[in-house]
Amino acid sequence: MAYEQYIAIGILIVFSTILALIVVFASRILGPRRPSPKKLVPYESGMTPIGPAMRRLPIKFYLVAVLFILFDVEVIFLLPYAVIVRRLGLYGLIAAGVFVVILTIGLLYEWKKGALEWE
Amino acid sequence: MIPLHWFLLVAAGLFSLGVYGVLARRNAVAILMSIELMLNAVNLNLVAFWRYMAPETLSGQAFAVFVFAVAAAEAAVGLALIISIYRNRETVVAEDINMLKW
Amino acid sequence: MNLPTLESINLAASLPVLILAGWACLLTAIDLFISPERKHWTAWLAVLGLLASGVALGFEAVAYSQRGAVSAFGDMAVVDGFALFLQGVFLLSAFLGILLALNYLPRHNIERGEYYTLLLFTTSGMMLMAMAADLIVVFLALELLSLPLYVLSGFAHPRLDSEEAAMKYFLLGAFASGFLVYGIALTYGGAGTTLLSGVVEALVGGGPAPNPVLAIVGMGLILVGLGFKVAAVPFHMWTPDVYQGAPTPVTAFMSVGAKAGGFAALLRVFLIAFPATGDTWGVVIAIIAALTMILGNVVAISQSNVKRMLAYSSIAHAGYVLVAVAAARYPEVEPLAVSAAVFYLLTYAVTNLGAFAIVIALERDDGTGVEVEDFAGLAKTRPWLAIAMTLFMLSLTGIPPSAGMVGKFFVFQAAVQASVGDPLILTVTIIGVLTSVISAFYYLRIPVMMYFRDGEGQANVQPALGVALALTALATFLLGVVPAPFLQMARHALLTLAG
Repeated sequence: MAYEQYIAIGILIVFSTILALIVVFASRILGPRRPSPKKLVPYESGMTPIGPAMRRLPIKFYLVAVLFILFDVEVIFLLPYAVIVRRLGLYGLIAAGVFVVILTIGLLYEWKKGALEWE
Repeated sequence: MIPLHWFLLVAAGLFSLGVYGVLARRNAVAILMSIELMLNAVNLNLVAFWRYMAPETLSGQAFAVFVFAVAAAEAAVGLALIISIYRNRETVVAEDINMLKW
Repeated sequence: MNLPTLESINLAASLPVLILAGWACLLTAIDLFISPERKHWTAWLAVLGLLASGVALGFEAVAYSQRGAVSAFGDMAVVDGFALFLQGVFLLSAFLGILLALNYLPRHNIERGEYYTLLLFTTSGMMLMAMAADLIVVFLALELLSLPLYVLSGFAHPRLDSEEAAMKYFLLGAFASGFLVYGIALTYGGAGTTLLSGVVEALVGGGPAPNPVLAIVGMGLILVGLGFKVAAVPFHMWTPDVYQGAPTPVTAFMSVGAKAGGFAALLRVFLIAFPATGDTWGVVIAIIAALTMILGNVVAISQSNVKRMLAYSSIAHAGYVLVAVAAARYPEVEPLAVSAAVFYLLTYAVTNLGAFAIVIALERDDGTGVEVEDFAGLAKTRPWLAIAMTLFMLSLTGIPPSAGMVGKFFVFQAAVQASVGDPLILTVTIIGVLTSVISAFYYLRIPVMMYFRDGEGQANVQPALGVALALTALATFLLGVVPAPFLQMARHALLTLAG
């Protein structure tokens, strides 16, 4: 019934899966395997890696991430407002204004606390 | 149209994955991510219910937006707590945080 | 599309909450410009906000006595007697919470202005919860209530036990609110609306496409989420650890405010949205109440740390309020049971804040000094403190002349009325009475310690703490001796459907 329109996607999913499997296993089956120490390094003709790849990041990045996520997500309230800004008129303007003022207080707080300084 | 219960099943699956993650993972960040997964399942539910059962009122959609914002606030508080505990103890594994009985 | 009008928003009716929330935002900014040595200014400014909110609440109460309940925010909130009474309890608890912290924070070297702003935020969340008439508002109020409390529990940063308490409270709290909001989503799916009054219509009268099964599953999940907030048994595991680890003024405020906020939501959601399924949730809540009372009281006996003991005691007290909630499912008992529940929350608030004030007085700067043994000999060194502590312990046990006795009596009265033809409630009531007797073992251990053991009980009562102690002791005593005017107020604390 209603699923017919998805047949094309279904076929695509099935075939792309099969193709991916073929590519992976064909090289494993057909290709020659002659490992040597030079071939096993991560970057065959680059630098020798120093230390593990899972490096610890300075925790400052976390702080930036936290601040970012807050202000990023709050935009979700302004977006629907922007769509019908004319129909909401003065009422919407006041409501959005209150919202932005509250956000600004948050920004002011961050600023004064020095969370926006990198060093 | 895809029937409603498909969405509900996906949401229930996501929610269960989140619950499993909270119970089974030991890293506090991973637990936080699992909680976010639970909230996303809720959002999926809300939007699906809104579309299929009450499209004339906007409360479902509005609720999803609020859940979204609250999830961000929760993540911010959680990450901040995790940072401060990490600075102190150099670990975020829930079982190592064991001064009080877990 | 209907635009909201000024009448439907009804800002005047929600003024107490709006003042407090707005002032909390402003105070966050003002606090930035107050130098670190003068953080007590922030505290007094916060008290000013509470006062302003209290005045607005007074006007609202007068208006309520003339015109009855009104709705606000387009039926999403309702200002009725229930909301007004609980909002008063919240404002009082917040005021006492500030008094308790005023000297505690500098003594422990954790004086930061954020304590007071966060306290205002969480209080406005609680007040919003008391007037919630829509599941969206319930969820938002719960989060506004919880998020500042997570931060406050970790306020003694970098003290490790405080940070761990905060982390634990946060992870489990967020987990529980996930269940709550999933339950709300299913209820929305089952009823097609998030308005509490709409849910009941859809379930009873048949809405657009009502699905009672979804709504009942949702109801169960909401119970899990709120059960966590009020620390009912199987969802109580976080309570002792968090109460022990958090800074003591936060513990005091949390044990009172978060619990009352949770019960505000529990009463409103279950009595207004789900009365039709009362025989389902009534049984579940009655069983939870019994388990909560038994576990809280029995485990409290073996505790040697007073903060931990008061944590188990707070679990037990959640059980007593749950008895009233379970009894409230019978329409003829509902008014009595609801007013019993809110009155109990008031008595518990003043008593518990007082008991914690004494713990703060005894606590040394390194966070020790809160074992039961530390109370030894206090009657000789600080006789007034010993008398006040005895009064609080009597009140928590439920022995006259104290507030706790009247509260318990009121709850059991409602339960007995509901138990006509309901053996389960009768059993739970008997369990409640028996566990009250058990609770005397651990509560009265402290007066025994103070009066009959030798020791040099050390205490440090600074002015603000002294005021808080005097207020709570006086309130505990007055509520126990002349409860009539407060009972009268509680009788008006009725739930109203929005609209």
